[in-house]
Amino acid sequence: MGAEFVQLSLTPLLIGILAAIACALPGNFLILRRQALVGDAISHVALPGIVVAFLITGTVSTWPMLLGAAGAAVVAVVLIEGIKRIARIEPGAAMGVVFTSLFAAGVLLLEQSDTSGVHLDVEHALYGNLESLVWFSAEGWNSLVDPVALADLPPELVRMASVAFVISLLLAIFWRPLKLSTFDEGFANVIGIPTRVFSFGLVICAAVAAVAAFDAVGSIIVIAMFICPPATARLMTNRLEIQVLWSVLFAVLSAVLGYVLAGYGPMWLGGENAVSAAGMIATISGVILGIACLIAPHRKRVGTPKGL
Amino acid sequence: MNRVAFKVERDQGATAAFVAPGESPLSINELTVSYGEKPAVFAVDATVPPQSMTAIVGPNGAGKSTLLKAALGIVPRLSGQVRVYGKPLAQVMNRIAYVPQRASVDWDFPTRVIDVVLMGLYRELGLLRFLRSPHKEKALACLNRVGMADFAYRQIGQLSGGQQQRVFLARALAQSADLYLLDEPFAGVDAATEKAIIDVLKALKAEHKTLVCVHHDLSTVTQYFDRVLLINTRKIAEGPVATTFTEENLQKTYGGRLATAHIEQLKLPAA
Repeated sequence: MGAEFVQLSLTPLLIGILAAIACALPGNFLILRRQALVGDAISHVALPGIVVAFLITGTVSTWPMLLGAAGAAVVAVVLIEGIKRIARIEPGAAMGVVFTSLFAAGVLLLEQSDTSGVHLDVEHALYGNLESLVWFSAEGWNSLVDPVALADLPPELVRMASVAFVISLLLAIFWRPLKLSTFDEGFANVIGIPTRVFSFGLVICAAVAAVAAFDAVGSIIVIAMFICPPATARLMTNRLEIQVLWSVLFAVLSAVLGYVLAGYGPMWLGGENAVSAAGMIATISGVILGIACLIAPHRKRVGTPKGL
Repeated sequence: MNRVAFKVERDQGATAAFVAPGESPLSINELTVSYGEKPAVFAVDATVPPQSMTAIVGPNGAGKSTLLKAALGIVPRLSGQVRVYGKPLAQVMNRIAYVPQRASVDWDFPTRVIDVVLMGLYRELGLLRFLRSPHKEKALACLNRVGMADFAYRQIGQLSGGQQQRVFLARALAQSADLYLLDEPFAGVDAATEKAIIDVLKALKAEHKTLVCVHHDLSTVTQYFDRVLLINTRKIAEGPVATTFTEENLQKTYGGRLATAHIEQLKLPAA
C-alpha cells in the first residue's frame, strides 16, 4: 500500500465510496415513500440530457452536463405526470415508460453524434470510468499534504465530496420534518410542515446525487446505491436513525469490496484482466442484500397491520 | 394587546351556548372539493360550537374524510372558506390536533411508539432542538392516558390495530390543542380500545376542548356525541343529536337505503 495505491486506487475508491453514500442517503427515504423507482428514472434520463448538452455546447465540462441532466429530469417529470393524468396509467408504469424511452433516445442521439473526441459513449454512461479517475501527480501518502499535488486531484472527487457533504448536512438539519412527512404526510401538513417542499427537495437531492455520480461512476452504481444499501439496512433495524447509519455502512462496504474485487478478483481466480469496478460494486451491493435477506435480524416484517 | 383579546375570545367561546361563526372553533363556509369531474364535497356549511363533540356521519364515499381534510388544508378546496377560532387556518394551526385514519400510514415504518408520539411535539422541538427528558415525559404521559405506556419502546408494526389507533390519539394529545379533529377513530378497533378512546375523548370535552369525529357507526352516535353533521356530498342536516339525528334525516342522508329494522336499533331520540 504505497505510492502506487495512492496514485491509482485511492481517488477512484474515494469517489466510489462518496457516490455510494450520496445515493444511499436519499435512497432511505425514497424507499420508505415507495418512490425507489425515482432514483432509477433520474439516472436514466440523465443520459439524453447530457448528450443534448454536449451537442449544444460541444464540451463535456461539468456545468453544461449538470444543467442538461437537470433539464432532462424536469422533462421526464412533466412527461410522467402528463401520462399519468391523460392516459390514466399507473405511476410505476408511467415512470418505466418515460425513463426507458428517454434513455433509449439518448443512446440513439449519442450514436448519431460525433463524440469520438470526448469521453462520452454508451458504456461510459452505464458504468462510468471509475478506474480512470487516477491522481496523476500523487507520489505517495505525502501528497495528501502537498498543495501542488492536491490541486491536481480529479475534479470528480471534489464534486462528489461536496455533493455527499451537502446531502448529509441537509439530511441532518431537516431530519425531523423529513421523517415526519415521510411517515404521515397529512399530519405533517397539519402541524405546518411544507410537505411538498420536502418531497420535491428529496427528489432534487436524489437528482443531484445521481447526476454528480453519473459522470464518474455511471448509472449502474447510482441505481444500485439508491436501493440496495437502504433496503439491506431496513432488514437490520426497526429505527430509521439506525437504518440510515447501516445504509451508509453498506454503501461503503459495497464500494470498497466491489472496487477491490474488480481489481484483484479476476487475478485471484487465474484471470488476467480486471473487471468493471462499477459493475462489481453494484453486484456486491446486491449480494449483500441477498445475504441480509437470509440472516438479518429484522427480515421478518413484524408489522402487517392487523385488521387490514 | 393582541394576546389579551385572544384570551377573552377564548373564554367567551368556552361559555357561550350559541356562537357566531367568528367565535366558533371551526366554521366552514360553502366548502367544495373535487377530485375529478364530480365534486366529493359540495357547498357544505358547518359551524361547530365550542366544547362540543360532533360526529360527521354519512354513507361510504359521502365525503366525510374529504371534508375534514379540506378543512385542514390537506386536500385543496375548490371554493369556500374555513375559519378556526375566527382566524384563517395558517394562524391557528397550533390550536388544532389531528388524528388521521389509521390506514393512511405505513405501520411497517421503522420507528418506535414513543417516536410517533414525539411527532406531536414537533412545534416545540422545531428542527434542531435537542430532545430532553421533559419532552419524553410528556410523550409518556400522553401514552399513559391511552393505556399504552408499556409499549413506548416497541416498533409500531408490532401493535394491533386498536393499539395503533391509541398511539395516534396519544400523538394528538401531545399537541396540546383546543380543537381535535379525528378521522374514523373507532374504525376496526377492539371493544377495549373503543372504550379507552371514548373515555379520553369525553375527558377532553370536559376539559373544554372541542372535538369533531368522522364516524361510521350509526349505533353509537347518540351514546358518544352531542352534535351531528349529516352529509352526503352536500350537507343534509347539522345540529344537536336530539333534534338532528332523526329517521327522516338519516333516510335523506343514506338515500332511503337504511332498513327500518336497522333504524329501530339506533335508539333514536324521540322526535
